[in-house]
Amino acid sequence: MDLLTVFQILDSTVRLATPLLLACLAGLFSERSGIFDIGLEGKMLAAAFMSAAIAAVTGSVWLGLLAGTGASLLMAGIHGAASITFRGNQLISGVAINFLAAGLTVVVAQSWFGQGGRTPQLMGGGRFEPITLPFALGPADAEEAGRPLSELIAEAGMFQQLYSELISGHSILVYVALLAVPLSWWVLFRTRFGLRLRAVGENPAAVDTAGISVIRLRFVAVAICGMLCGIAGAYLATGLQAGFTKDMTAGRGFIALAALIFAKWRPWAALGACLLFGFLQAVALRYQNIELGEFVVPVQFMDALPYILTVVILAGFVGKAIPPRAGGEPYVKER
Amino acid sequence: MEKMPRWADVILIPVISLLLAAIISALVILAIGENPWEAVKLMVSGALGSTYGWGYTLYYTTNFIFTGLAFAIAFHARLFNIGAEGQATLGGLGVAIVCLYIPWPHWTLALVGAMLGGAVFGALWAWLPAYLQAKRGSHIVITTIMFNFIAAAVLNYMLVNVLKPQGAQDPATGPFPANTHLPTFQDMFSTAETALFRGAPVNVTFFVAIAACFALWALIWRTRLGYQIRAHGHSETAGHYAGISATKMIVVAMLLSGGLAGMMAINNVMGEAERLVLNAVEGAGFIGIAVALMGRNHPFGVFIAALLFGFLYQGGAELALWTDIPRELIVVIQALVILFTGALDNMVRMPLEKFFVARAKRREAASVSPAAAE
Repeated sequence: MDLLTVFQILDSTVRLATPLLLACLAGLFSERSGIFDIGLEGKMLAAAFMSAAIAAVTGSVWLGLLAGTGASLLMAGIHGAASITFRGNQLISGVAINFLAAGLTVVVAQSWFGQGGRTPQLMGGGRFEPITLPFALGPADAEEAGRPLSELIAEAGMFQQLYSELISGHSILVYVALLAVPLSWWVLFRTRFGLRLRAVGENPAAVDTAGISVIRLRFVAVAICGMLCGIAGAYLATGLQAGFTKDMTAGRGFIALAALIFAKWRPWAALGACLLFGFLQAVALRYQNIELGEFVVPVQFMDALPYILTVVILAGFVGKAIPPRAGGEPYVKER
Repeated sequence: MEKMPRWADVILIPVISLLLAAIISALVILAIGENPWEAVKLMVSGALGSTYGWGYTLYYTTNFIFTGLAFAIAFHARLFNIGAEGQATLGGLGVAIVCLYIPWPHWTLALVGAMLGGAVFGALWAWLPAYLQAKRGSHIVITTIMFNFIAAAVLNYMLVNVLKPQGAQDPATGPFPANTHLPTFQDMFSTAETALFRGAPVNVTFFVAIAACFALWALIWRTRLGYQIRAHGHSETAGHYAGISATKMIVVAMLLSGGLAGMMAINNVMGEAERLVLNAVEGAGFIGIAVALMGRNHPFGVFIAALLFGFLYQGGAELALWTDIPRELIVVIQALVILFTGALDNMVRMPLEKFFVARAKRREAASVSPAAAE
């Protein structure tokens, strides 16, 4: 295995980690405020469909992103109404949202486009195009030389390979997701809003006593969660792939949930966990069965590894994962 | 003081929730340019209009009874077992191994063996999440979700690398031997002149499912263990004070739950497909959640709700066959049922409670005032 192959795998790691990271940060805001969210998957799926559908109809990927985020926010609104206003079971609400998105996206896609529950293939302005950073080899260089980009990169020096293959050439949402990590950290741990948000997930009664609305704080957190899930879904359908297909999230919402637990509800650790799980996906995508000398690691094991790791972490064998204390409990103001 | 009469809690609230789900489903059908009334008629005639339709409806019902009961028994211990899908997947593996590798002389014995095989595999798959919840405090919802995905990977591995017959292309086991064939309703009820339930997969396991309803009812409300599970579910601390071990209750409830989910495989794997394929469960594990929520975690309620979902599934398949409405409409309806009967329960309950409390007060006032006038 040469260095370029390593860079290629890492490059695909970053791409695959991006939706996980956005969804993971989404879950971070929601769960830190005390609202468990197993509906990340559904919100992403709804956003993936709406973004692809609107991008296909209007030809503008930015309108698609807006519509996708709107769809995800609507789902988040249902979750908020069920779990905050009506003090329902947050887990049941999350399950319902996952099914609602899985069903509605296909039903609407079928009646809208009539292509068996998918949207038309997105082209040109309907997709987020890769961005070529300054001094990196990009499609423009390839066109000038009249050869494929991969050949040019293969011939370049090591640092140029690293820069062009791994760092440059992603769509803008990848960079947005990476920037969202320090931003989330700053918001949660360096602002008054963040302090209150974390407090409301640990001890809502204390926050209420201080004269701050628990309900409003939690709704804001759920809305941030919806927005980030929306970007994650839009990236799936308009950046990573070119259009919506049935069930295209394929469990990513649950892997993001796993990453959130793996990261023990912290933003920087979330980046690490998502990159790790993205790496596992990238390796499983590139190689079928991995041979380690005598022993063959089956591809199914690679698929299951994120889930197995999460169970191990949850079991507390490698450090203890303690969720926000008021998580999952509806807040009843004393009367 | 009782806030609401019992009938309102048991019947009125589920019916109102169901109506809300139905209204929104109708709006969805309208929005995609189809006629909801025609859709309902088509569903009824497709699912209930012939013995063939009934045969499919009852086949789905059987699946949903098992997974609904599985969710219900765990919920009595206040455990949210979202892992019936994975437990039923592993149950399928157990049933397949029992059917393939043991030479059964007769289907009755094979059925008993397969029930054991499915239940043991399903229960084992539920055991580890239960143990981790009880001993290490890892949240059972997250672990069972993870175990669903791990189960899919395990099944995939077993089918591709172990159970697939030599030279076969698709990842599935070979057909089960003839002696494990379970009698279908067609075998049982058709006469020489009239063929009933022709080609429908409903089989003798339907009666096993009904027996399971009775058995679970007796277990929950007529045995010491059932009492302990319910006591633990209502208040862990009170249960602890009464000498009920929380660890034991969590593990036992989850073993029962996983066992029931695993037993579903005698219907879909042994009764219908007669071989094990990928994704044999087809989401029935998750429908169990909707079924149990609607049935208020009571075996009789689960039976009724399973029947309703069996009807929806068969009706939905007919709908997809004859109209442009895709099968996924059923998933939407299922989601709405879960949403309204589960998560938005209070939305229906709060106004109803107010109404009944106000009515009780008015009655009290009415019965008191003549006495005061004297």
